[in-house]
Amino acid sequence: MDKTPEQINQDLLRPLYHASWRFYAAAAILSALVLAAFYAWGYQIYNGIGVSGLDRPVFWGFYITNFVFWIGISHAGTLISAILRVSNATWRRPVTRCAEAITVFALSIGAMFPLVHLGRPWLFFWLIPYPSERGIWPQFRSPLLWDFFAINTYLIGSTTFLLLPSFPDFALIRDRASGWRKKVYGIVSLGWRGTPKQWHRLEMAMRIMAVAIIPVAVSVHTIVSWDFAMAPVPGWHSTIFGPYFVAGAIFSGIAALIIAMALLRKLLHLEEYLQPIHFENLGKLLLVMSLLWFYFVFAERLTTWYGNFPSEMAVFWVTQSGRYSKLFWTMVFCNFIIPAPILAIKNLRTKIGWTVVASIPIVVGMWLERFLIIVPALSHKYLPYTYGTYKPTWVEITITVGTFAGMGLLFLLFSRVFPIISIWELKLGGQKKPEAAPALASQEVAAEP
Amino acid sequence: MVIDEDRCTGCEACVAACHAENNIATVGDDQAARGRAMHWIRVERYYEGDFPNIKVKYRPVPCQQCSDAPCEPVCPTYASYHNPEGLNAQIYNRCIGTRYCANACPYLVRFFNFFNPVWDKPLDLQFNPDVSVRSVGIMEKCTFCIQRIKAAEIKAQAEKRPLKDGEFNPACVQSCPAEAMVFGDLNDPESKVSRLSRSNRGSTLLSELGTHPKVTYLKRDTWHNGQNA
Repeated sequence: MDKTPEQINQDLLRPLYHASWRFYAAAAILSALVLAAFYAWGYQIYNGIGVSGLDRPVFWGFYITNFVFWIGISHAGTLISAILRVSNATWRRPVTRCAEAITVFALSIGAMFPLVHLGRPWLFFWLIPYPSERGIWPQFRSPLLWDFFAINTYLIGSTTFLLLPSFPDFALIRDRASGWRKKVYGIVSLGWRGTPKQWHRLEMAMRIMAVAIIPVAVSVHTIVSWDFAMAPVPGWHSTIFGPYFVAGAIFSGIAALIIAMALLRKLLHLEEYLQPIHFENLGKLLLVMSLLWFYFVFAERLTTWYGNFPSEMAVFWVTQSGRYSKLFWTMVFCNFIIPAPILAIKNLRTKIGWTVVASIPIVVGMWLERFLIIVPALSHKYLPYTYGTYKPTWVEITITVGTFAGMGLLFLLFSRVFPIISIWELKLGGQKKPEAAPALASQEVAAEP
Repeated sequence: MVIDEDRCTGCEACVAACHAENNIATVGDDQAARGRAMHWIRVERYYEGDFPNIKVKYRPVPCQQCSDAPCEPVCPTYASYHNPEGLNAQIYNRCIGTRYCANACPYLVRFFNFFNPVWDKPLDLQFNPDVSVRSVGIMEKCTFCIQRIKAAEIKAQAEKRPLKDGEFNPACVQSCPAEAMVFGDLNDPESKVSRLSRSNRGSTLLSELGTHPKVTYLKRDTWHNGQNA
């Protein structure tokens, strides 16, 4: 990449000034889907949660599936970006902003679902510990309350993590713009002038945040998994859930990141910035997570089967060969059998199209995984007399589709107001060619005299 | 509470009595078919043997009022809590409808109001004024007819005497024609329910989960082909 700083500025700021008709068309379609989801939610609030397909015994269904799924997707960003920053991987530079944005948006969407799923959503604030006339605090022993705090911490943390390195870019826009842009970006750049002192403070803050956000991200999905693991439900009550969920979250997050990056690359003409090497490096991470995911599933399934507890086996067989088996094997295909070989073969991994082909089934598969953790277990609890089933209604499906559209819409709008690649960091990287991670041994050997 | 499975005839009078006493909504055919029926006590049917030598077993299942109830700690708003007398109480006004308690309950004896409650006519004319009606979006469950417990306690207190064993009963116990159910104070070792709960015919439901239910089931020991019945 041999570009002058001015060319970089022009390339990356172009989407802020010019939008094609395709942008407006996509925004209109996505907005319509989001509005449909809000209509469905309003319909549900007005009529009661009974308009969903939830029943007894499956009290949790699509909504909690979406909740876990989107919180999982949110691990793409901050965690990956933080790890790459801490390990000082130079190829990260064009990737981080996009990843951090995914986190903030996916987390916002995910955090909505506990509200959507409440029986009386207008009373959600009872989860907040505030001195009230009711004279009680929330129940701190409840995993749902841990969730509430974990997610809010993560949301605040990842928003900070997204905004911190944006200030120099905002200032850049401010300096180049006139009219309303100058005003707005002048306010949001918080008086950034690029003095050495400011740079020093930004660097310090980023270093602290990058280290601090990693344990937060890990704890968030561990606590989400504990919503299940803490309850004495066959198929849920398992010590493996914490790491299993965290690994699954990072797995689906990287897949979402690859898809988002490929789309942005095409739509915003960033071919020279997001190069195949970036996708290859992310693809390698994705391969590792795919193998890890398979290991976790295998370990969990094998121990359940070998232990042979009757109540656990009811859930085991219903996913393995019963009512939910089609979904289960689709999941295995999507998460392992399709992507692992693609990502393991170097000729495929180095092509952007193929990494996307590997990523799309992973997003589907990880959604299915969440569904398969929740529904089969709830529908086959201890007493055979209470076995049940679950079928979603149009309300849940509309809301689910709406969240995917919402993610797209947020991203679309984001790319119109934020430079989607961190400009100053890219410039800082200089003209060095991004390298494969880990560095190839042959290159190192060749470099030696 | 003690429930004698060998006495139960499966008539479901307890279910009807419970509905009447506790203002439980009748959800209608459609909703019931979707598994949303609300019966705070249900009569489970199990079949032993092969047709035609088949034997039906009935097991009435109200809330087991666990001493270590999985439903209680998971509620983020203290709607599900352990009252000082040891009952698993449900404070309807605190419930925001996370439904976590119902997932945690291994017996599935918690019921959710998916819609605002409705009653088939003329049931809407016979509400019990002592029991609050539950709105959409909240969880409800068997209370061991706490309104009757409270009424009896207040009466005894007013008459300056201790509660007598069998002075009052929950609706299900009162209505059981086979007298399969016995209710009383488990803290009093001399009460009828205490004596029966120590019977060697007794067992608790899913005792391996360590929830320590306060409902004991009595049944003939069928391990030896019914010979020592």
